[in-house]
Amino acid sequence: MATRSTISRAAPWIGLVILGGLALTTGNVPYTLLGAAIGWFIGWFLFWIIERRYRQNVPTYYTAGQTLWYYAFRVICGAIFTFLITPILVVMPLSFNAQDFFTFTPEMLAFDPAGYSLKHYRDFFNNDDWQNAVRNSVQIAPMATLLSVTFGTLAAIGLSQPHVPFRRAIMAILISPMIVPLIISAAGMYFFYSRIGLQGTYIGVVLAHAALGIPFVIITVTATLVGFDNSLTRAAANMGADPVRTFFKVQMPLILPGVISGGLFAFITSFDEVVVVLFVGSAGQKTLPWQMFTGLREQISPTILAVATLLVLISVMLLTTLELLRRRSERLRGMSPG
Amino acid sequence: MSDMTHTAKTPAGPVLAADGTPLKKSLNKALRLSKLRALALIAPLLIFVLVTFIAPIADMLFRSVENQIVSETLPKTTAALANWDSASGEAPDETVFRALAEDLKVAVANKDHTKLGSRLNYEKTGISSLFRKTGRKVKDLDLENGTDFKAQFAKIEEDWLDPEVWAVIKTYSPKLTNGYFLNSVDMQKTSEGAAFRPDNQQIYITLFWRTLLMSLAITSMCILLGYPVAWILANLPARTSNLLMILVLLPFWTSLLVRTSAWKVMLQQQGVVNDTLVWYHSTAVGKVLDPVVTTILNILIGLLNAVTWVWNLLSGIWGAMDVELFTYANMGFERLALINNVTGTIIAMTHILLPFMILPLYSVMATIQPTYLRAAKSMGATNWTAFWRVYFPQSIPGIGAGSILVFILAIGYYITPEIVGGTKGVFISNRIAYHISSSLNWGLAAALGSILLAAVLLLYWAYDRIVGIDNVKLGG
Repeated sequence: MATRSTISRAAPWIGLVILGGLALTTGNVPYTLLGAAIGWFIGWFLFWIIERRYRQNVPTYYTAGQTLWYYAFRVICGAIFTFLITPILVVMPLSFNAQDFFTFTPEMLAFDPAGYSLKHYRDFFNNDDWQNAVRNSVQIAPMATLLSVTFGTLAAIGLSQPHVPFRRAIMAILISPMIVPLIISAAGMYFFYSRIGLQGTYIGVVLAHAALGIPFVIITVTATLVGFDNSLTRAAANMGADPVRTFFKVQMPLILPGVISGGLFAFITSFDEVVVVLFVGSAGQKTLPWQMFTGLREQISPTILAVATLLVLISVMLLTTLELLRRRSERLRGMSPG
Repeated sequence: MSDMTHTAKTPAGPVLAADGTPLKKSLNKALRLSKLRALALIAPLLIFVLVTFIAPIADMLFRSVENQIVSETLPKTTAALANWDSASGEAPDETVFRALAEDLKVAVANKDHTKLGSRLNYEKTGISSLFRKTGRKVKDLDLENGTDFKAQFAKIEEDWLDPEVWAVIKTYSPKLTNGYFLNSVDMQKTSEGAAFRPDNQQIYITLFWRTLLMSLAITSMCILLGYPVAWILANLPARTSNLLMILVLLPFWTSLLVRTSAWKVMLQQQGVVNDTLVWYHSTAVGKVLDPVVTTILNILIGLLNAVTWVWNLLSGIWGAMDVELFTYANMGFERLALINNVTGTIIAMTHILLPFMILPLYSVMATIQPTYLRAAKSMGATNWTAFWRVYFPQSIPGIGAGSILVFILAIGYYITPEIVGGTKGVFISNRIAYHISSSLNWGLAAALGSILLAAVLLLYWAYDRIVGIDNVKLGG
């Protein structure tokens, strides 16, 4: 199938114009758009079938049934991907709703500017409850991350040494905060921290979150250290560097991507955590997720959607950072010998 | 090292290191040093985790059996009660009541009697008010000259003559108790030993069952939806699959609260899903297709109901809980109840946990050579045979890893069921939270938590055997 005929190229657009034009007579913007899209699809699909272009992607020996299954499978997968991403995509436009509804109003669907507004964002930035929650989150998460990254990196280096007694037992203990259900951790911490007077304090929440973030640091840093060439530290020692200098000048730059991504995991764990802070914290430590949780449980207000959209943007940024770090780490590992 | 010791035997004397000590000794010393150094690096974190995490868990386990309050608040009474036979059907004698008067004077001065009252109230309702009423009048009792305390207590509150009250006090006088654990499996301590609670008071067994069944349902949904996606990610060209991977990783990285609130918004009665459905029913396509879809749906529901009916028949024999029959669909403009029930919990949690299934499955499938499939087909296998006999067995480790991971996460979930689950779609963890923050029955919360913890640790152990803790990968 070398070249497509002109008619097959034009068909989708003809379909778009016909059905879109038909729908335009109703004067309804969403119907017009939908009609145009369906028209485009029908035009494309007709010639896709007529010109047997569906055969292009499958091996020539496929039977009709196999070809059908090949495309049906892709449609199923597409549906699952839609299921995965829809909730996140739906939240974003809804957060610009001018009404206090949780569904698309007719004005929004008509792309009427009056249907959209930034009022939920204004509410978020002007409401003391939300601003306090942001402040608490920003105070707690970095401290917890700092604690878990410092202790975690040291321990990961220790765990990567060739001879570590009780390695499995130690590893099991260090990973356990990730495995134990949060409600159990929260219950235990609530009981124990109220015994020692840490319940309802800033330090208590930071310690609890640091403990929850540690497994992620351990896992990512140990994984980076697997690719670390130990002869580099020996070479540094050979040239007269003391262990501390070797660590900061040789080892640290190489394992930095792992440390940072472990730190990001720890940060997001703390930033996104609600169960433990609900029990260990008091009103003074009300974090952003806690505020969202109360909002969802008691009086659900559309401001939550604005917060959700902002949080999605933050996670997109985090995801990008992590991906870049992973690539850098792979590049560095490819460069180091062995 | 074995080489070293071997060569050390051949010459006359032991091989010496540069400083004159035997080489074997000096090597051992170096090994010891390196072990110590590794431990020194690990120690701060280990201590940190032990204090901030393991100690709380241990505290919770301890609280699930701890029961010092009775013997601490009423030390003399519990000692005097040792001679009383709870099966006698009569209240204890004067010595016990005298001891009770002495104990209560102290307890009321320390304001401990209300705590004891609410503790014992978990076992027998009414004791809390009994202790509070008695506490107000206990100052009238004259310890030095007073006589016949039994009558005096009976005057304050009739219930003191009730042998059942005394049986409860006696049953809970030891410092450790299995009472909370019995409570959490719908049993209670009686004077004759452990017994099941009356049917109308049994909630926890049902709740454990529901947690288990819903976690299983969520895990199977995740396998069903995750397998095709993982397959396509592993078999597409790297460029396309990396792009599609974003669709998996973005939800994975998005805040749990964001996804839960998205589902809460979408599944509402007036939410996006219901609005779309109503709009669809009103279109021409919807009007034509509705009867067809309804018929197909009702046939499926009929089949399910047949299975449920047989299940209920069988469960009647071995005493499990009955499952409700599904209501038949009557497709029209009515809105579906998608939230505050089991459906809501399962939809939202499947979405939230799906990446945890896809990522391990993908990492296993990426290592399966496509040549195996081609070889199978070249030898005459049909597509299905090639998949079922060659590809699927190789992907089982991925299914195992993903399923255990999803199941462990699902069984202890709290936030999502709390928000979208209503009353029917909640898990055992919601009950634990309720006992900690609302009913303040911490012992029972600890016991329920311990049972859940045991279940999770068992699964964790299985996960370690199948996958290995070291192989836990994050973000693909």
